[in-house]
Amino acid sequence: MAERTHDITLVVNGTVRRAAVPGRRLLSDCLRHDLGLTGTHVGCEHGVCGCCTVLLDGEPVRSCLTFAVTVDGHEITTVEGLADGERMSPVQRAFAECHGLQCGFCTPGFLCTVTAMLRDNPVPTEEEVLEGISGNLCRCTGYQNIVKAVHRAAEIMAEES
Amino acid sequence: MTTKLFGEPVRRREDPRLLTGRGRYLDDLGRDALAAAFVRSPHAHAVIRDIDVSAALDVDGLVAIYTWEDLPDRLAEPLPLLIPHPALTHGRTAYPLARDRVRHVGEPVVMVVARDRYVAEDACALIRVDYELLKPVVGVEEAAQSAQLVHDDVPGNVGAHMVQEVPSAGGLDVREVIEDAPHTLAFRLDIERSASTPLEGRGVYARWDADDSSLRVYSSTQTSTSVRMAVAAKLGLPLPKVEVIAPDVGGGFGVKIVHPWPEEVLLPWAAMLLDREVKWTEDRREHFVSSAHERAQVQFVRVGFDDDGRVLGLEVSILHDHGAYTPYGIIVPIITSTQLPGPYKIGSYRVEFSSVYTNTVQVTPYRGAGRPQAVFCMERTMDRIADHLGLDRTAVRAVNFIQPEEFPYDQGLIFQDGRPLIYDSGDYPESLRMLKELIGWDSFPAEKERAAAEGRRIGIGIGCYVEGTGVGPYEGGHVQVTSDGRVHVSTGLTSQGQGHETAFAQIAAAELGVPLERVSVVTGDTRRFGYAVGTFASRAAVMSGNAIALACRKVREKALRIAADALEADPRDLEITDGMVHVAGTPGAAIPLATVAVLSNPLRYAFDEEAARATQFAGASSFDKPPVPEGDEPGLEGRDYYSPIRSTFASGMHAAIVETDPLTAEIRILRYAVVHDCGNLINPMIVEGQIHGGVAQGVGGALYERMVYDGHGQLLNASFMDFLMPYATEVPHVETAHLQTPSPLNPLGIKGAGEAGVIPVSAVIASAVEDAEGIAIDKMPISPSELFDLRRAAS
Repeated sequence: MAERTHDITLVVNGTVRRAAVPGRRLLSDCLRHDLGLTGTHVGCEHGVCGCCTVLLDGEPVRSCLTFAVTVDGHEITTVEGLADGERMSPVQRAFAECHGLQCGFCTPGFLCTVTAMLRDNPVPTEEEVLEGISGNLCRCTGYQNIVKAVHRAAEIMAEES
Repeated sequence: MTTKLFGEPVRRREDPRLLTGRGRYLDDLGRDALAAAFVRSPHAHAVIRDIDVSAALDVDGLVAIYTWEDLPDRLAEPLPLLIPHPALTHGRTAYPLARDRVRHVGEPVVMVVARDRYVAEDACALIRVDYELLKPVVGVEEAAQSAQLVHDDVPGNVGAHMVQEVPSAGGLDVREVIEDAPHTLAFRLDIERSASTPLEGRGVYARWDADDSSLRVYSSTQTSTSVRMAVAAKLGLPLPKVEVIAPDVGGGFGVKIVHPWPEEVLLPWAAMLLDREVKWTEDRREHFVSSAHERAQVQFVRVGFDDDGRVLGLEVSILHDHGAYTPYGIIVPIITSTQLPGPYKIGSYRVEFSSVYTNTVQVTPYRGAGRPQAVFCMERTMDRIADHLGLDRTAVRAVNFIQPEEFPYDQGLIFQDGRPLIYDSGDYPESLRMLKELIGWDSFPAEKERAAAEGRRIGIGIGCYVEGTGVGPYEGGHVQVTSDGRVHVSTGLTSQGQGHETAFAQIAAAELGVPLERVSVVTGDTRRFGYAVGTFASRAAVMSGNAIALACRKVREKALRIAADALEADPRDLEITDGMVHVAGTPGAAIPLATVAVLSNPLRYAFDEEAARATQFAGASSFDKPPVPEGDEPGLEGRDYYSPIRSTFASGMHAAIVETDPLTAEIRILRYAVVHDCGNLINPMIVEGQIHGGVAQGVGGALYERMVYDGHGQLLNASFMDFLMPYATEVPHVETAHLQTPSPLNPLGIKGAGEAGVIPVSAVIASAVEDAEGIAIDKMPISPSELFDLRRAAS
């Protein structure tokens, strides 16, 4: 028997997107495989690594712990939606400048997390930065350059505001 | 004008794509592919009596179910034993799907192919496997007691036994030397399991082109060329009909050098059989129980030394846990046993290891690859000697150092590449001096006293290592300048985040005198370069970096020859700057490299204006010579290989200051300092990043990460909830200083840097905790509760 699907409508990176998904379809799978937005990565599928972090109505969520049907009608921002056209966002540019990524697999999750963090707290302290990214795992960088990149992104945003 | 590129912290060329979601990792490919999932053994040791798939057959979207009985020919045989060694007398590998016996939890038993992964897993859940349970062997000591056998035909569970001995200068064997030494110590050390744990697991995506009878396989691998050969051999396909590509890979750290994984041969086979694209993406639990682990060893040490702490004799006996199978041979314990002497002149050395089977996940190299265990052993030994003699720990190390004028230094051992272990260069006394200054070693006792007065416990620790990097046999590079002036570089080894596209482009741009923007680099794609070994053993920069430099030199030589002809100049007077070949000191006499590329390829047909300059009526330079002279080839391209006589030896020293909580026994790293010597630096920013990441993994291995098996062989912490990888809040700020003693063995004078950061960390943290607590630390990792127990036992 074929699995029942639900029609959902999401606003992803400012564009209205429709999908027919089974009730159990994870938001991460819906974004990646139904909508083709593979920038959102899946590192553990149990909500610990943070690779799958996207912004749901502006707030960071684990898309691997979210059923796609539960966000019907909501706005989602993924890593593909952070840049302003071809110009990377301050957070993206800071990560490049500070060598805040190596293999790049965890990076989209960090970028989404940090984007929301700096929106709420444009000049975070060292402690606040550590706390802010303490829900995202990175196995390559040792975090040092990620922390540096967060401070640098804050600087760039201040310079450009 | 050419910017200096070699040695500059050039920004990574990979980053724009990876930062904007345009990276292409394995699971990002093949959107319409069928999905594979596996039924894996829930038992550590069992006989398979029956597999009943009937309940799964009605699942909507199911495409196929395969067990071992379905596998044809060579696919039904055990997977290859990749690195045979005479000492590995009882090497055993797994079948792609278990035949009649499972030997660890997670071993694949049934492969299901379905419309998508959800459906494939639904079907897996309905397949019933009837197991007859056998008693599992868990832990290295249980294996050595051999009350049960992991493999019936491997007596004592011993896969390999190996001894290397370097007698004293006077010809005495180690035991005699230790007997006669003024001081002797004997002790036991333990290290637990950890694992590479890249954030992207393994994955395979296979596309069969029935019209072309060709196969394209994408794998999240550290060696696409070797996967290609394995797939062709296992499936009986002609090699030119198989291509393997490593796309963007989300970290490797060693685990992805193993090949062919069961999935790497099963997926292509299913794709051919079904004439459909098939993909499998490993999930996190699968990665914990079906890929590979590392590190676990028990070491028994006896050491004899003089009043200055000079090591006269060192005898180490190692029990190494290699898990259920040995596809990667005994590389890990060989490295432990041969890298153990580190930067020291050990008067006489005997090392013996037994590599034993257990009913646990197989053990293959994880970043450091046996060296963290080796350094833990040697450095704990140095600290014990210092403690015994009441000497400063750095003084004992200094008295044992190989001196700068003693290179090349032959340790008298045979290394992991089967070649003599001869250090090429280094400056250990200078390294130590730099480290002591960086961490403030000499002023620490006063700091410790001040802290104690405040009721705080702090301690300082040190660890030194030498790392054989850039092992052979070879890597190659291909460099092509096309008529648009672009430079296309390819090499066969793969990338997992090391920034090869940037570092190799720097090398090519510097060698050829072209702007960096014109250079593009492809790695790990057998369509572009078919001969390679792979990325492991801190070898990519050394091996492919030098191969690319040599290939560039060929291209440069040819470019100068052609340009000299066109400019009517002597090639020796020519230089290439910013993509222009010109006569040195005569800026007017110049020809773009793009034009040289056009002229290098005599044409009959013009496809654009540039090409028209190379056609047969454009005016030949000489009617006495053929258009392509004898011994020459058309095109401005070059291919070369770098195959070193032996490994090049990087080194480094780390120090840390830790604080232990007097009540809770929590361990906090206050400072972490690294002095690192990997010869000439191609890109210091990337090298620093490698060190940071390595140290973070080392901190994980020292304080948090372990694989907790119960007596039934169940891995109790097979998730990121329970296997504690460090977050940003656990990793200290790393202070680094670089020493550069170039390697005399390769044209660029470089040594590997990939693994360095992780190697001494457990030794350093043990040393520091011991200093803070005054309690011997001989097991790592150490948790607060373990430290708490040690305190209780000591009081």
